[in-house]
Amino acid sequence: MNKNTKSGRRDFVRGAAAVLIGGAVLSAGRSRSPRLVWQIDPAKCTQCGRCATHCVLAPSAVKCFHSYSICGYCDLCGGYLRPDAKNRNTGAENQLCPTAALQRKFIEMPYYQYTINEDLCIGCGKCVKGCSVFGNGSLYMQVRHDRCVNCNECAIARACPSDAFKRVPASDPYLLKSDQERRIV
Amino acid sequence: MKRYVVPPLGGFSPTGSRWTGRLKAVLHALVCMFFFFFGTTAHAEFRFPMPEFASGYTHPPVHVPGPSNMMVGWDIVVLLSTLTLASIFVLKHRKRREIFLLTLFSMIYFGFWRNGCVCSVGSVQNIMAGICDPDYGVPLTVLVFFSAPLIFALLFGRVFCAAVCPLGAIQEAVAVKPVKVPPAVEKVLSVFPYLYLGLAMLSVAMGAGFIICQYDPFVGVFRMGASFSMWIFGGLMLVLGIFVARPYCRFLCPYGVLLNWCSKLSRRHATITPAGCIQCDLCADSCPYNAINEPTPSEVPETREQGARRLGLLLLLFPVLVALGVGVGCLLKEPLSRMHPTVRLAERIAGEELGRYAETNIESEAFRASDTPNEKLYAEAMEIKEGFGIGRKWLGAFIGLVIGCKLVSVSILRKRTDYEPDRGTCYSCGRCFKYCPVQE
Ligand code: SF4
Ligand code: SF4
Ligand code: SF4
Ligand code: SF4
Repeated sequence: MNKNTKSGRRDFVRGAAAVLIGGAVLSAGRSRSPRLVWQIDPAKCTQCGRCATHCVLAPSAVKCFHSYSICGYCDLCGGYLRPDAKNRNTGAENQLCPTAALQRKFIEMPYYQYTINEDLCIGCGKCVKGCSVFGNGSLYMQVRHDRCVNCNECAIARACPSDAFKRVPASDPYLLKSDQERRIV
Repeated sequence: MKRYVVPPLGGFSPTGSRWTGRLKAVLHALVCMFFFFFGTTAHAEFRFPMPEFASGYTHPPVHVPGPSNMMVGWDIVVLLSTLTLASIFVLKHRKRREIFLLTLFSMIYFGFWRNGCVCSVGSVQNIMAGICDPDYGVPLTVLVFFSAPLIFALLFGRVFCAAVCPLGAIQEAVAVKPVKVPPAVEKVLSVFPYLYLGLAMLSVAMGAGFIICQYDPFVGVFRMGASFSMWIFGGLMLVLGIFVARPYCRFLCPYGVLLNWCSKLSRRHATITPAGCIQCDLCADSCPYNAINEPTPSEVPETREQGARRLGLLLLLFPVLVALGVGVGCLLKEPLSRMHPTVRLAERIAGEELGRYAETNIESEAFRASDTPNEKLYAEAMEIKEGFGIGRKWLGAFIGLVIGCKLVSVSILRKRTDYEPDRGTCYSCGRCFKYCPVQE
């Protein structure tokens, strides 16, 4: 008899615990928001350099991104050339990028196209800073989702001094400055 | 999100002659040069219109690959199957080898292959975030990762810890020379998971971030990359784990608190003996986690009345402990609210304004570059501090309650005639099975 009431009580408490867990899950899952991933708001990023050092991946999943449609195709590119560059050419001593990831290609006088080699880019943001100070701001930082492992809490987001990281829907995972870009996924 | 509108092609007619084309190119170069040499530090943008190319050049497409890490359904399937297998191994097959092999599989799959994210331990925070913030969507995977191990614990004990949790698995794999921790030390240290859980929940509720993820010692090992301090922490934990088995599980894991509660109520639970205990005492030292309860001595050292009086006294102690917890919580207002980055930033800015720091730091520079007025930041920080004002009292009361319960649980002598695993703290690792001489 004693044993029976005891196990009955246990069953009851167990049931109550299950209901509690179910309640927590329902209440947490009530928002039908889409699945979210991390992205950088280019309007807030200050190119502090932490993207290169704080990602759990090495090299970082954050890379420089180029919006061609708002680029000036300048010969004197603030993102490509060091401010103290002696010559306007592809000499390594003239380049701002520490890994020569930003590549320059002549299009027609006096325009040059700049392309990022993502395998080389470490996400240091030097070119981005140069481009936003001297140019159009067509170079900016983005989390590359083919690399990002989508941490539960992004380690860079925690370290970002500018609060530039936010969660965006996985179905539209980039925050591009221009909507005139032809996108390929 | 603010989308930028592409600036109009100021002054450039699309059908310009060759000569005007040249001219605008020269102009463009001059403007470029001006900004390059006299560029201001203000982040003015779109200084130059996108050129019209005479050669018919069109700009290349941009590559925007979607998230690759999306094997959602598959993860849930693997989780549920490993949980089921673990239950079968622990309750039916009762072979340590099988359990351990499954543990290794989970370490490789959930840890090294899936990079240890998202795990059930961290999912507590997503659940809390989902409860507190209606706009925070908790994905299905996370809901399942949170609830399935708890439901299994309600049914079969902590089979999740035994062979599924990647954090537990990596510790299980290194625990080669476990020594016994004195039970008293074990009891005292086992308060920390509650504290950690409380702090983590407070942090999430206040929007101060996911501290369980931040201080996860092993995720850096799984990903082969972490900050220097986290490498040190993870490395120390693993070295310590050689001698003190599962240090994270026993003295830190916040999810373990919930599993402990659920497992206490479990419908079935791992047993040391396959049939009946004969009190041979052979298994007594086989558990590296101090999770085997010995039979209570037949000679009860005190009378029933004495025991009842002691229990009464302890119950009277409860309100005192809770009040004490609230008091300590009140004292901790400042350090606790500093968990929030906005509060830290506001203090830094205020300090800089008062000339307390010789130079600015990267956070304060970024803040100043954003042109937000200081007052707005201060007001925000004050509001957050207010929030912590309530939260810290709850946290204190919770810890007071936990300590009270711990005291009661050590002082109550539940009558036990057999050697049994403690349902709350047993990880169902299966080490003790082979010590029992009884055959099925
Ligand atoms: S950490 Fe933040 S501010 Fe720094 S570069 Fe990355 S996004 Fe920009
Ligand atoms: S300067 Fe830095 S961010 Fe820019 S392309 Fe080079 S490595 Fe990438
Ligand atoms: S979510 Fe993780 S992998 Fe992705 S950018 Fe942030 S730290 Fe790097
Ligand atoms: S106690 Fe926590 S870390 Fe350890 S196995 Fe269980 S859930 Fe994982």
